[in-house]
Amino acid sequence: MPVVAPETHLLLAIAIPFTGALLIPLFHRQPNLREAVTLTTAAVLAVTVWSLLPQVLAGARPEARLADVMPGLTIAFAVEPLGLLFALVASSLWIVNSIYSIGYMRANQEPRQTSFYVCFAVAIGATMGLAFSKNLFTLFLFYELLTLSTYPLVTHKANDEAIRGGRIYLLLLIGSSMLLLLPAIAATWYIAGTLDFKLGGILPAGLDATLIAGLLALYVFGTGKAAVMPLHFWLPAAMVAPTPVSALLHAVAVVKAGVFTVLKVIVFVFGVDTLASTGAAGWLVWAAGGTVLLASLIALRQDNLKKRLAYSTVSQLSYVVLAAAILTPVSVVGAALHIAAHAVSKITLFFAAGAIYTAAHKTHVSELDGIGWRMPWTMSAFAIGALAMIGLPPTAGFLGKWFMLSGATQTGQWLPVAVIVASTALNAAYFLPIVFRAFFAEPVRAHAAGAAASHDDDHGEAPWPMVLALSLTAAATVLLFLAPDTALSLAKLMLEPVTR
Amino acid sequence: MSKLAEHLPILQVVVPLLGALLCALLRRGTLAWALALAVSWIMPVIAILLLQRVLDGGAISYRLGGWAPPWGIEYRVDLLSAFVLVLVTVVGAAIMPFARRSVAHEIEGDKQAWFYTMYLLCLTGLLGITVTGDAFNIFVFLEISSLSTYVLIAMGKDRRALLAAYQYLIVGTIGATFYVIGVGLLYLVTGSLNIVDIAARLAPAAAETSRPVFAALAFLTVGVSLKLALFPLHVWLPGAYAHAPSVATAFLAGTATKVAVYVLLRLIFSIFGVAIAFDTLPVSEVLLTLSVAAMFIASILAVFETDVKRVLAYSSLGQIGYITLGIGLANVPGLTGGIVHLFNHALMKTALFMSLGAIVYRIGTIKLADLAGIGRQMPLTMAVFVVGGLALVGVPGTAGFVSKWYLAVGAFDRGWWPLVFLILVTSLIAVVYVGRVVEVAWFREPSGFAAGAKDPPLSMLLPMLALAAATIYFGIDTEASAAIARRVAEGLIGGLK
Repeated sequence: MPVVAPETHLLLAIAIPFTGALLIPLFHRQPNLREAVTLTTAAVLAVTVWSLLPQVLAGARPEARLADVMPGLTIAFAVEPLGLLFALVASSLWIVNSIYSIGYMRANQEPRQTSFYVCFAVAIGATMGLAFSKNLFTLFLFYELLTLSTYPLVTHKANDEAIRGGRIYLLLLIGSSMLLLLPAIAATWYIAGTLDFKLGGILPAGLDATLIAGLLALYVFGTGKAAVMPLHFWLPAAMVAPTPVSALLHAVAVVKAGVFTVLKVIVFVFGVDTLASTGAAGWLVWAAGGTVLLASLIALRQDNLKKRLAYSTVSQLSYVVLAAAILTPVSVVGAALHIAAHAVSKITLFFAAGAIYTAAHKTHVSELDGIGWRMPWTMSAFAIGALAMIGLPPTAGFLGKWFMLSGATQTGQWLPVAVIVASTALNAAYFLPIVFRAFFAEPVRAHAAGAAASHDDDHGEAPWPMVLALSLTAAATVLLFLAPDTALSLAKLMLEPVTR
Repeated sequence: MSKLAEHLPILQVVVPLLGALLCALLRRGTLAWALALAVSWIMPVIAILLLQRVLDGGAISYRLGGWAPPWGIEYRVDLLSAFVLVLVTVVGAAIMPFARRSVAHEIEGDKQAWFYTMYLLCLTGLLGITVTGDAFNIFVFLEISSLSTYVLIAMGKDRRALLAAYQYLIVGTIGATFYVIGVGLLYLVTGSLNIVDIAARLAPAAAETSRPVFAALAFLTVGVSLKLALFPLHVWLPGAYAHAPSVATAFLAGTATKVAVYVLLRLIFSIFGVAIAFDTLPVSEVLLTLSVAAMFIASILAVFETDVKRVLAYSSLGQIGYITLGIGLANVPGLTGGIVHLFNHALMKTALFMSLGAIVYRIGTIKLADLAGIGRQMPLTMAVFVVGGLALVGVPGTAGFVSKWYLAVGAFDRGWWPLVFLILVTSLIAVVYVGRVVEVAWFREPSGFAAGAKDPPLSMLLPMLALAAATIYFGIDTEASAAIARRVAEGLIGGLK
């Protein structure tokens, strides 16, 4: 190892994306150099984050303190296994996403690409800060920064629809975090006298169960990014964004930040045991389970591919929340794994949707008949992603579900088991037809008789950076199933007290 | 040097006063500006020295002309006044480099020297109010600052500026009259004009002569509330801010209402709070109700304005509501929140009005519809606007969050948690009125006005950027803002009966 102290490593991991954001505009007029800066920053970041892994596996927990804002409120960071897992996923996917972005943004001749890459880098920086936050205040700070930095990305197209979508996005996320999450944090500070994350929770013993349940509700619904119904509207609304942004929202950063926050709060603020013994999280099983099923039912009815994916995300996110609400160590491990698994598989699906849009200008499921033979790489990757959504081997989606199910069955909680089984069927019902259409349905040339239509059908794969990116993430989806050791050991370490 | 150091309090008044006199003799606008700039840059040095001395050795008492108080006029600098002195002088120092081009653009050549004269007089008045320990002396300086403010506002390009100035003149005069009636009543009861002395004499007198004392409190509070634009005594403010020259608006928004709040704090805590128990009168309840009303009504009005200067003016009214809310909470965290918001709001609002000034400088209009696409043309200017806007919302990492956190803790401490929600709901309304401007500025195609615009010259840009940076800095390091505000609050609460 180089002589850089782990603390410095940690601060570097947060500083690197922000530095990238400062450097990118300098190359405003040289797009190739500008993209090189993005890719280099992403690569350096990934190396930095990965180099934290051996230390954490060996039991080290580097910490760093940036500033004392007010007595009791500090901006401080700590590497903890769950946060590291999230940071690993996000930083690795940033590289792939950047490769994809370059292909997508250029092929679609999107305007204002410099500000796009700047906001992207800031969003990743915010994600790193959030993943490594040592206390609730730091987490909240970067949570808001993430919302604000992704807002210009959501509204990137700057047409009326984008502005409307941006409004919903901003108001719902800022609104829920200001009105619910911030009071929850303030109340925690008031009750517990600290905001530092601690395994087993920081709330004093003997609190009223109703109070705990209420506080938990403030946290869960205050974290609008976790998209537990009825706070899921922003996700479909944000679909107006360019596809790489959708991938960022759905896979890399935003929604993952949401479920990460919920999981973190359940494990490190409330404590799994406290919640289990008071029964204060009983309602959450219903709320999350309801979201899983309802979102799947809505997804079933969407013809717009990205919308269907969006509702699938809503449903998959609530798997994580549900797994956390089952409140067994095994299910919490499942929740952590599912964050990683859903990230790599959902990004594949979005990449595929964007590739279809770029190459074929098609956005609806009903238009995809026979497209699999023209875009074999893309649609194969899509198929792998779809399998992961359903939760079938050999994909990563299987892992999380397996742990969730064993957690629920071990403790005899049959409601979550029923939800998971039912939703698996639903997932299959809205993903398999897409794969089937793509490969086995006859292309519908007949009814699209116009000249433009025949041009539309005359296409191959999307530009190679996009195909490369989606192939990589599809491979990762399978790889995570075949070699889950790293993710699994991090997820398990999360629940173990620090040894040194 | 040590000889001079003793006279620091009086220098806060004498330097700008002499500057104003010299300025009035100058004909050339640029010369007058240079003089005003020099004065504005000396003042924060003195103010910070004073603050340092107060932090080290406690309150400073200065006898004007060597006459001992309570007969002579005493200048008294304690932590609160030193804090406000720094605030006012720093805002002045930040604005002056910006002022030259903006004033040259908005005000005719032969009137520019007058503008700087009035600015310096206004500065004299504001600093005098803060530094003096004499209730009648406050009135004198209040009039100096008010009269010069009327002129500053009337110098606006638009003819409606005259009407706005006239309106403020009427309201301001009523306020000043109320104030002087209140001081007169206090003098009748106590026979003294020195604030510390009044408080001491009021204590035994209060019980039997409560009615005139209460009347004095009422007159003083209403008079000062007119000056600080506490809802519903705010009607003069939006017009005055909207039509005054950009530099005047930025300066007044950052300082004038803040100094009026300072007077309110002095009255409530240093005079009446010491003499009468805080809970014999419903001061707290009245202030809280009016503050919450201001926060909501003004913020909602801001949402429907189409003139961005007015949007910010209404936002100011709402933000003043936060400050008075902190006073009404009357506990250490709440009061800390109110006092630190004096400072934080001065930073962010001055930066915001300066960014609007820069837009006026480039495109000559500030109507929302005309700002379409301006963000792409003047990215740095609008970046300042966004940072200021985020601070208004109270996003963590900006100064606005610090204020709101303390206010929320203050409300929690009182057990009034619904108040926490009210504070946060108004923050959300700020998202809407700031967001409206941001949407138009960035996501609409550039309008005819914005098409050729670009960021203003460095002399205008740097001060705004500095204030925007300070807005973020004081959201992360609060050693110089909230920590001092907390000491002030502890001092004020500790002095209560």
